[in-house]
Amino acid sequence: MKPHINASNVIAALVALCLTLLPLYSAATGNIFILTLFTRIVIFALAAASLNLIMGYGGMMSFGHAAYLGIGGYAVGILAYEGIGSGFIQWPVALAVSALYAFVIGALSLRTRGVYFIMITLAFAQMAYYVTSGLSRYGGDDGLTIYKRSNFAGLIDLSNRVQFYYLCLACLFGGVYLIWRIVNSRFGMVVQGVRSNEQRMQAIGFHANRYRLVCFVISGTICGLAGALLANNTDFISPATMYWTRSGDLMVMVILGGMGSLFGPVIGTIVFLVLEEVLSQFTEYWALIMGPLLLLIVLFAHGGIMGVLGRLSRA
Amino acid sequence: MLVLVEQSLNGLQFGLLLFLLAAGLTLVFGIMDFVNLAHGSLYMMGAYFAATFVAWTGSFVLGILLALGATLLLGILLEFIALRHLYGRDHLDQVLATFGLILFFNDAVRLIWGPAGLSLPLPAWLTVPVQIVPGVFYPAYRLSIIVVALAVAALLYVVVMRTRIGMLIRAGASNREMIGALGINIKLLFTLVFGLGAALAGLAGLMQAPILTVQIGMGENILILAFVIIVIGGIGSIRGAFLAAIFVGMIDTLGRAFLPDLLRTVLSSAAASTAAPALSSMLIYLLMAIVLVVRPEGLFPAAKR
Repeated sequence: MKPHINASNVIAALVALCLTLLPLYSAATGNIFILTLFTRIVIFALAAASLNLIMGYGGMMSFGHAAYLGIGGYAVGILAYEGIGSGFIQWPVALAVSALYAFVIGALSLRTRGVYFIMITLAFAQMAYYVTSGLSRYGGDDGLTIYKRSNFAGLIDLSNRVQFYYLCLACLFGGVYLIWRIVNSRFGMVVQGVRSNEQRMQAIGFHANRYRLVCFVISGTICGLAGALLANNTDFISPATMYWTRSGDLMVMVILGGMGSLFGPVIGTIVFLVLEEVLSQFTEYWALIMGPLLLLIVLFAHGGIMGVLGRLSRA
Repeated sequence: MLVLVEQSLNGLQFGLLLFLLAAGLTLVFGIMDFVNLAHGSLYMMGAYFAATFVAWTGSFVLGILLALGATLLLGILLEFIALRHLYGRDHLDQVLATFGLILFFNDAVRLIWGPAGLSLPLPAWLTVPVQIVPGVFYPAYRLSIIVVALAVAALLYVVVMRTRIGMLIRAGASNREMIGALGINIKLLFTLVFGLGAALAGLAGLMQAPILTVQIGMGENILILAFVIIVIGGIGSIRGAFLAAIFVGMIDTLGRAFLPDLLRTVLSSAAASTAAPALSSMLIYLLMAIVLVVRPEGLFPAAKR
């Protein structure tokens, strides 16, 4: 599948370019804040992109995606607390635990459809939330401070702002590329086929739920990576990372940017978090504007930002 | 034994309160096919209205009645301005839009009432303990919650099962297009049902207010519980919501009361005191997960479309 030149792709390429050049701008102007802000944005964009894989392409509306952020984060935090500082151990463990969790809850949740699926994924995420609040050894409700970032044996220094930013960005681009390859593969075609018409896919011989489950696990694993990055970024992990409103935030980012478009979630995340930042500088009550704005977007801008761009470029 | 009776009553009281919240949610869900995350905000608004009006009028009963009316009006207004445009849309759109409303209400409350919580003091006649069986005393206020909630549940049953409007509501739940085609003003019916749901949520909020503090975000945890209840009970089923609510209320309260001691027999005291609340909060979600895995449509699925 060849990329076409149209408004959405041009915007996506521009955004990718700006993200790549951002540390140069930050160094030139001495504005460190923008680099910190965008490190957070890039990490959340990766999480949103992974959610988009199951929501946009797989038709699985997970309302518990923040659980993977927490699981990935806790894997890093707990290993660091127990004296295992090497990223070569921490990160694979974070990915493996996220994949395992996704496999178990996916196998159970995929028995249900529609709103029941939204609710059961939410229930499992809440369970994960309460499990971590009960870990008294690792801070319980108050969370766990991570005193040393993951150590990659001198290969890359995570405490260096610019290096860490580029690592996050590489993960984001890698994640989006992976999702692009998945979506356009035979596997991805089957998953999208199941979203459109499950019965028909079953009838021509595909085990719909197996394909769904694998897709669910891939998405969870990518989000677990975002969790490992997030824990390193904040040097802290707490149950609040996986509170249900955080899952809601992730859904908002995906839908705002455009569900089922490859780069949409990245743009959605940028718009959402920058808007939050800007509004909170104007007024303490930023949600007074953000809330109704969401409502208006849902009512009038179908398909999110990418959807609007697509319509504009056709018009 | 005494503790068990008292905690069971607490569980029943909490369950009934949850039922009030879940009933509105399940009605709106069953009839309009609408996922309303902002239901918890209406619960919060009910509590804030009550705290304000009681302080304002100086009378507990009058203040509560005013608050109930205010929540009803707010619900109808909300439906009229925003939510009616979302019927028939994708569930995801509804989740997103009402998530936006939660953000809005939380900050609106912070702007109007300030970030600190309010308290709703009880009048003297509701604070006396009542002797329910010889030797067992129970707070009059909690007892009155049980009575009021049971009365509301009975009233709801009569309205839904025995009146013309209830017949329309049930008909709407099983086939919306058909009752529209039969000449029923379906828009009005929807607004009415939504207002009813809002008033029930407000009632739950203002009854809970004297027990807990009235604070921002109070509706969010309990909203998730209400969703768990309607999913366990089967979406659209009031009977299912009632049974599931009592069940969840009991599990939550009894788990909180007895799990710490139970855990202390196997764990160290410090570990038990952190693990117990987490475990008892988890029990409910565990229950829901089991129910959904075994019966994906809930325990009492409403009639099929």
